[in-house]
Amino acid sequence: MADQLAIGSRRGLKPALPLLLPAYLWLTVAIFLPLSAMFFFSFMTDLPLAGKEWSFTLGNYAAFFSQSLYSRLLLSSLRLGLEVTLWCVVIGYPAAYVLAKVLKGRSREAIFLLVILPFWSNGLVRIFSWAMVLREGGILDTALNAVLPFKINIDLMYSYPAVIIGLVHSYVPYMVLTCYLTLQAIDDSLIEAGRSLGASRRQVLWRVIIPLSMPGLVAGAALIFVPVVGSFMEPRILGGRTGTFYGTVIEDQFVAVFNWPLGAALSFILLAVVLIILALAAPVLRRTG
Amino acid sequence: MRMPRLTALLTATAVFVSAFTLAAQAAEEVHVLNWKGYGADEPWAVANFEKATGFKVVNDFFNSEQEMLTKIRTNPGLYDVVMINAAFNDQAMAGKLIQPIDVSKLSNYADIAKDKASSPMLNHDGKVYGVPWVWGLTALAINEKSFDKPPTSIAEMWNPAHKGRVIIRDDAVEAVQFGAIASGQNINDIKDMDAVKAKLTSLMPQIKTFWSSENDWNQMVASNQIDIGTYWSGSADRAKTHFKLPVSLVIPQEGAVAWLDAFSIPVGSKNVAGAEAFINYMIDPKFYVEWVTKVGAPVSANTKAVEALPEDAFNRKVMGSPDVAKRIQFQAPITDEQREKYLALWQELKVNVK
Repeated sequence: MADQLAIGSRRGLKPALPLLLPAYLWLTVAIFLPLSAMFFFSFMTDLPLAGKEWSFTLGNYAAFFSQSLYSRLLLSSLRLGLEVTLWCVVIGYPAAYVLAKVLKGRSREAIFLLVILPFWSNGLVRIFSWAMVLREGGILDTALNAVLPFKINIDLMYSYPAVIIGLVHSYVPYMVLTCYLTLQAIDDSLIEAGRSLGASRRQVLWRVIIPLSMPGLVAGAALIFVPVVGSFMEPRILGGRTGTFYGTVIEDQFVAVFNWPLGAALSFILLAVVLIILALAAPVLRRTG
Repeated sequence: MRMPRLTALLTATAVFVSAFTLAAQAAEEVHVLNWKGYGADEPWAVANFEKATGFKVVNDFFNSEQEMLTKIRTNPGLYDVVMINAAFNDQAMAGKLIQPIDVSKLSNYADIAKDKASSPMLNHDGKVYGVPWVWGLTALAINEKSFDKPPTSIAEMWNPAHKGRVIIRDDAVEAVQFGAIASGQNINDIKDMDAVKAKLTSLMPQIKTFWSSENDWNQMVASNQIDIGTYWSGSADRAKTHFKLPVSLVIPQEGAVAWLDAFSIPVGSKNVAGAEAFINYMIDPKFYVEWVTKVGAPVSANTKAVEALPEDAFNRKVMGSPDVAKRIQFQAPITDEQREKYLALWQELKVNVK
């Protein structure tokens, strides 16, 4: 990867332009322009639709700081993001290791397919199928009670754990894929060298494998953390009365009360907070890497 | 070479897209915006209307009044008919989103109950901005499996026996007005917000989840996860008649919130004649009787339509009884300030529950 980039820069940007242009044109039209419009909206008192009066204001940003409601919600969303990322590491990393280093050939392809499978189905379908599994009298409840000799009552639906389960399920493939790529790139002879020089399996894991696969872990964590902090669909459907998060409040501003300026301001505050967290985390992660 | 080709491609796409939209507009389509599963999208009704008039119906849906307003604001000219709760008619008119309706073109308009037709919420400066369609209640509905005999008081929602088996709609205005009734206040003139807040705060731990569409409510009953909750009268009727669910409506002695739904024509509608034909069909007694028998519906604003129902029909006997009329309070328009205040309270309640 690094070598290819070096060659690219030696040849200069010009020949690369036709290859880059479609992507950047698309990004400009589809992301940068609407995002700029949203940034503009976030400083307005009202949307300039149907001849409504409007002026510039900082009130939408002030609303975040004047009401403890929003900061409390943001904290709970950040906590949600951290927990989901952690579970994705715990579940995804071992799976990626087995895929990259233990399995070969057909069995690897089969397991890989199982990991990618969730990507092929619509997110909403996945969430609603969780609803069928988690509720009282649902699949999990019925199955466990059929097997276990004593009666237990499982009703995870409409709770915080249900939100975590739904989100981890949606995002764990990102962790598996990014970790798989870096783990696969680790030369087996490095592991063998470590072992032959007397390192235990655990030492090899901590001193060789994890440091070398750190870029994949970090990339996976960032890919998961950022969307989870702003998630609204999973909390709304699986969280029930405990499903109010920062993302659902932003959605309410856009869909339920038509207060786009406040919704936009809340979104940009979220963006700023996430960027600050990533910037603070970057040096720490680089050192360990 | 590359750039012109790209430009050509982009131009071609643009031309194709605009030609496509033009073609779609040219067809005699009636674009209707309404709640999902709320009469206007019944396949038999759409088929009957299309056969009778030759117009083609295209349905689109919303999940909240605000979403409906957002949709007509952001898609000017797309919709021909929109179903607006009378309490929101003011706001839609003030935002120049809907146009006056020439009621002389609607043959069924004369049969609409006078009090509904002359409602100040739908008439501005002597012009009609909304044709009353149906009215109903936001009352309570129960899961019949959980009750030996139906409760009579709104206080049943707070009964500890139903802890974790209560459902209410995720809607700030509805929640606050419900709290007003529970604390014995006028829904359109809430004097004691603290009492409303205290009532709703103590209700929160009882709640299983919030519903946003009929489908949510019906699924919760079908899987026997709730005992009682707020529900719309027409929806409760539909759950019982159409989906054969053990649901029955309770109009609590403390009262219930009544609403009036009306049809309007958005500014910029490309097919006003089609819109008028559709609205006239929607208030026709024949359509209404079929809707009630096949599916279940709220009460028609058309007196002839209600009279066409059997004598003992719920919508005629119970909803038409003077005793019920005394208890219910019709929703009046709400100002933006009030709405924001209600929303802030509702969000605070939802966050504190965690």
